[in-house]
Amino acid sequence: MTGAILAALWGQWRRAPLQLFTLVAGLALATALWSGVQAINAEARASYDAAAATLGEGRFAQVVSADGLPIPVETYVALRRAGWQVSPVVEGRINGVRIVGLDPLTAPGGLGPVSLGEGADLGAFLSGPGQLFGTAEALAALDAPGPEPVVAPDVAPGTVVTDIGVAQRLLGAQGLSRLIVAEEQPMGLPPLEEVAPGLVLRAGQGGTDIGRLTDSFHLNLTAFGLLAFAVGLFIVNGAIGLVFEQRRGLVRTLRALGVPLRRLVVLMAAELAALALLAGVLGIVLGYFVAAALLPDVAATLRGLYGAQVSGDLSLRPGWWASGLVIALAGTAMAGFGALWRIARMPLLSAGASRAWAVSSGRTRRVATLAGVGLLAIAAGIAGFGQGLIAGFACLGALLTGAALMLPAGLDASLRLAQRRARGVRAEWFWADTRAQVPGLGLALMALLLAMAANVGVSTMVSSFRTTFVEFLDQRLASELYVDAESPAQAAEVVAFAEAEGLRLLPILSVERELAGLPGELFGARDDPTYAENWRFLSASEDPWGQVHAGEGVVINEQLARRQGLSLGDRIAVAPGVTLPVVGIYGDYGNPVGQAVITERLFRAHYPQVAPTRFGLRIPGDVEAMRQRLVAETSLSMGATINQDGIKAFSLGVFDRTFTVTGALNVLTLAVAGFAILMSLLTLAALRLPQLAPVWALGLTRAELGRLELVRAVVLAALTTALAVPLGLVLAWVLLAFVNVEAFGWRLPMFLFPADYARLGLFAVVAAALAAAWPAWRLARTPPRALLGVFANER
Amino acid sequence: MNARGALAALSILLAPAAAAQGFAGLGLDAEGFAMPAPDPEFDFPADHGPHPDFRIEWWYLTANLTGPDGTPYGLQWTLFRSALAPGEAAGWDSPQVWFAHAAVTTPEAHFVAERVARGGIGQAGVVADPFDAWIDDWRLYGPSIDDLTMVATGPDFAYEMRLTAKGPLVFHGAGGYSVKSAEGQASYYYSQPFYAIEGVLRLPSGQVPVTGTGWLDREWSSQPLSDRQTGWDWFSLSFEDGDKLMGFRLRQTDGPDYTSATWIEADGATTAYPDGAFRAEPLGVAKVAGREIPVRWRVTLADRGLEAEVTALNEAAWMDVGIPYWEGPVTVTGSHPGVGYLEMTGYE
Repeated sequence: MTGAILAALWGQWRRAPLQLFTLVAGLALATALWSGVQAINAEARASYDAAAATLGEGRFAQVVSADGLPIPVETYVALRRAGWQVSPVVEGRINGVRIVGLDPLTAPGGLGPVSLGEGADLGAFLSGPGQLFGTAEALAALDAPGPEPVVAPDVAPGTVVTDIGVAQRLLGAQGLSRLIVAEEQPMGLPPLEEVAPGLVLRAGQGGTDIGRLTDSFHLNLTAFGLLAFAVGLFIVNGAIGLVFEQRRGLVRTLRALGVPLRRLVVLMAAELAALALLAGVLGIVLGYFVAAALLPDVAATLRGLYGAQVSGDLSLRPGWWASGLVIALAGTAMAGFGALWRIARMPLLSAGASRAWAVSSGRTRRVATLAGVGLLAIAAGIAGFGQGLIAGFACLGALLTGAALMLPAGLDASLRLAQRRARGVRAEWFWADTRAQVPGLGLALMALLLAMAANVGVSTMVSSFRTTFVEFLDQRLASELYVDAESPAQAAEVVAFAEAEGLRLLPILSVERELAGLPGELFGARDDPTYAENWRFLSASEDPWGQVHAGEGVVINEQLARRQGLSLGDRIAVAPGVTLPVVGIYGDYGNPVGQAVITERLFRAHYPQVAPTRFGLRIPGDVEAMRQRLVAETSLSMGATINQDGIKAFSLGVFDRTFTVTGALNVLTLAVAGFAILMSLLTLAALRLPQLAPVWALGLTRAELGRLELVRAVVLAALTTALAVPLGLVLAWVLLAFVNVEAFGWRLPMFLFPADYARLGLFAVVAAALAAAWPAWRLARTPPRALLGVFANER
Repeated sequence: MNARGALAALSILLAPAAAAQGFAGLGLDAEGFAMPAPDPEFDFPADHGPHPDFRIEWWYLTANLTGPDGTPYGLQWTLFRSALAPGEAAGWDSPQVWFAHAAVTTPEAHFVAERVARGGIGQAGVVADPFDAWIDDWRLYGPSIDDLTMVATGPDFAYEMRLTAKGPLVFHGAGGYSVKSAEGQASYYYSQPFYAIEGVLRLPSGQVPVTGTGWLDREWSSQPLSDRQTGWDWFSLSFEDGDKLMGFRLRQTDGPDYTSATWIEADGATTAYPDGAFRAEPLGVAKVAGREIPVRWRVTLADRGLEAEVTALNEAAWMDVGIPYWEGPVTVTGSHPGVGYLEMTGYE
């Protein structure tokens, strides 16, 4: 009997292949977007894990110098001889490759490519010319003569691990960058400050942990993935609802023939599960391509924004395969449960006729509208009182879901308004019929609303960000030429050149150190009018630069101020025994780390080991000519100098890549929404025949009917778009004023871009028109026999 | 004592070779390393210091101690030197790797700690005069080898001991040239088995003042084992009548075990015994760390009328370090009652 039932169910799919396609394609698209995003996240996380495993970041506590100075080897030995089980690390960069030098003898287990008892060739690592472990790309980029390169795919991308002695030799370093603290320490350990004054213990999972730093970015991607999946679910829900409406007759017949209800429901559930699995696998394959296409941009973004190294190659990871299949099944279950429930509760003798799938009756619409109002209230509440990135995304979720639920009511109200103003029978019928279509098209229109709102919101955010960023670059990149010397000797040549030419030279002095208890960067600024002329402050006391250059104050960036709750007048430590009041807070849109600036004199007095190798040069006349002279008269290469325009273009390039990903996801969601409209219209077309036949019989031609169908789709899309713009602006506000502050530590001013919204609205309407074109064309070509048949076959 | 440290030393560095070339890679050729030669002439105190041209070397101290209530304790402090290449260099380029094991054994518990360091930067090393051997905060030092202070700490134990030598150094084999196999592998090997010790053990249960006797072994070599030898059982026994015995058995994959022994009289006079004179057979095994370990032995040396049973004070004296082994205090009963230390390696 099971076979016969399945044959009957399959027969229905065969008669309506479009519905089968809708179901599978919708689910596959939704799964593809979701699993693509997950694949990107999984790849990035794997890269961070490799980095953490290589460097002991996060997992182990570390001993670092409070002032960013290198730790002398003698201090390390003194700690060991006091019983402290610490292991030295030397870090630096050559040719853009991060060099990590370890001592495998003392490194805690599982650290680095060579560890005790693991069977690796410790002798070759420790003695002779040594070995370099890294990915093939990193080893090729480093290209260091001497040590033997060993390709090790597990080492973090862009990183080369070697013995500490080899690393010191390569980097020309004397001291140690930091010490990793083993988990197990002996009894009766003396306090750290007694043995090694000036060093501080930083607990595991510290503030520099790349994983935590980039969490916000990944949460962002995940939210987009979920949004895309939700849009896909609208399609699936619509398709399943339609299929089961049409199955009412079949179910009645089968049950009348004696098929037990339970078996029927189980078989239909199994059928859905099989389709979901098929669509899930398709979606994962599609998702792989989405991820592979986007990953290089994501990797570039993470590198530019956080300095996190992420491999640009995608590898298949079982985690996101599984998550893709699970979400496909879960989505189908969510969409199919209601339909199966109705089938299960359908009285045996009820009419098998479809109810024109007008699911959203007046009552359900009222419930949905009420729920929407509730959700919007919740979103407002979170925006007012919530804190944290999760709250930010909860707010977004409530806002979007609430608005989507209220859409049918909103459309209905607008259409009723139009209907009241309509003149003539045909116009009145058009508006009334359009209103009648809203329940059927509701889900597709909600998808369009969400896609449009996301588009408006994100493009507002990105464009606001870009406007602010360009302004910020103009302030910050005031020097006409930037020079990056390879060595202190070359730096001296630059200084001599600037003096000979009478140019103003701004050395870029920086050291990594704790700022108000967080890892940060301290800069030393030369007493030069450039700073006062160009830097703008979010808040500042009178003449902040005057106070800074007098050594009486420090200016800090917004990130540091927000994270540590610092305001003007608060004192922070900037050197051993030196605290200064905050005299200015500046906007800093280039990095997530806290920064502080003191005067060069103070900086050099306390950090004599920092020799400036980067400089800004103020050049009054022809910049390019001066650049040529500089390269000709010093040992600098052309590549070591970059003019203001070049560095601005580079910074904007990093910035624009940052948002390529969100842009691409936006386009994809809009495409999915268009697809939803097309599928809804196609499936509705057959059901609408009985409603259209009388209109045709009253004298409206088929061509006119087709045109009106097209106009109807455009009207609905335009109305939805009109509602989506304000929703998108609210979304942008939440992103800028809430999510951004939590994720990056800065708040951005919001700018409006009406031309962009108009263009987006046009796209949405065109997408809807394109989606409606084929159903309208089919309607215009409906054989009169079919329309007549409606009357003959009246059920 | 013998290849004991070498086991651990080389195993760390050459673990992959272990299966093919004798236990823990101890059968490898000595590339460029100095080799022990017969009829050694020692130069003290210099020879208490390191010999970086030899591949492996150790300062190995074990002690049998007693608490105020008569509870017996065992104590171990061992420092190993293992060279990746002959010679010494300053800084991180030093080819010398140092590591150390410390342990305290009570009848109920066994506490172990391990340290590893590289030479050249001052984290570990040995100076002959005044004597100072250290790795991290562990240290064995004093004005001379006869007058030492010894400290070590672990996560759950620590100790500080004073050691005073009550007799002369003794030399094993032929004047300190100790042969390790029928093929002729050998090492330089001498001991100071006459230390009187007092000090304090710090254990999780509290501090325990202890007194007892200690035995220091000094040995260096470059290739001490035959590639057919899979492990060894080593005994250092102190009898109540004042005599002492060092005896070991090297287990061979083919043919009979190789044994060697030194009988040490109370005044320091020694008699070396060739292969076959000293015998040791297991009487009972215990399951320790998933392996069958012989923890009761019959040891015999017919020439001295020795017929004794050796029993572990604590069967669980397992050294869970880089390459694990069993080492702990023992009680001797039979013809010559006393106490001692037993080391067993190569039990898989």
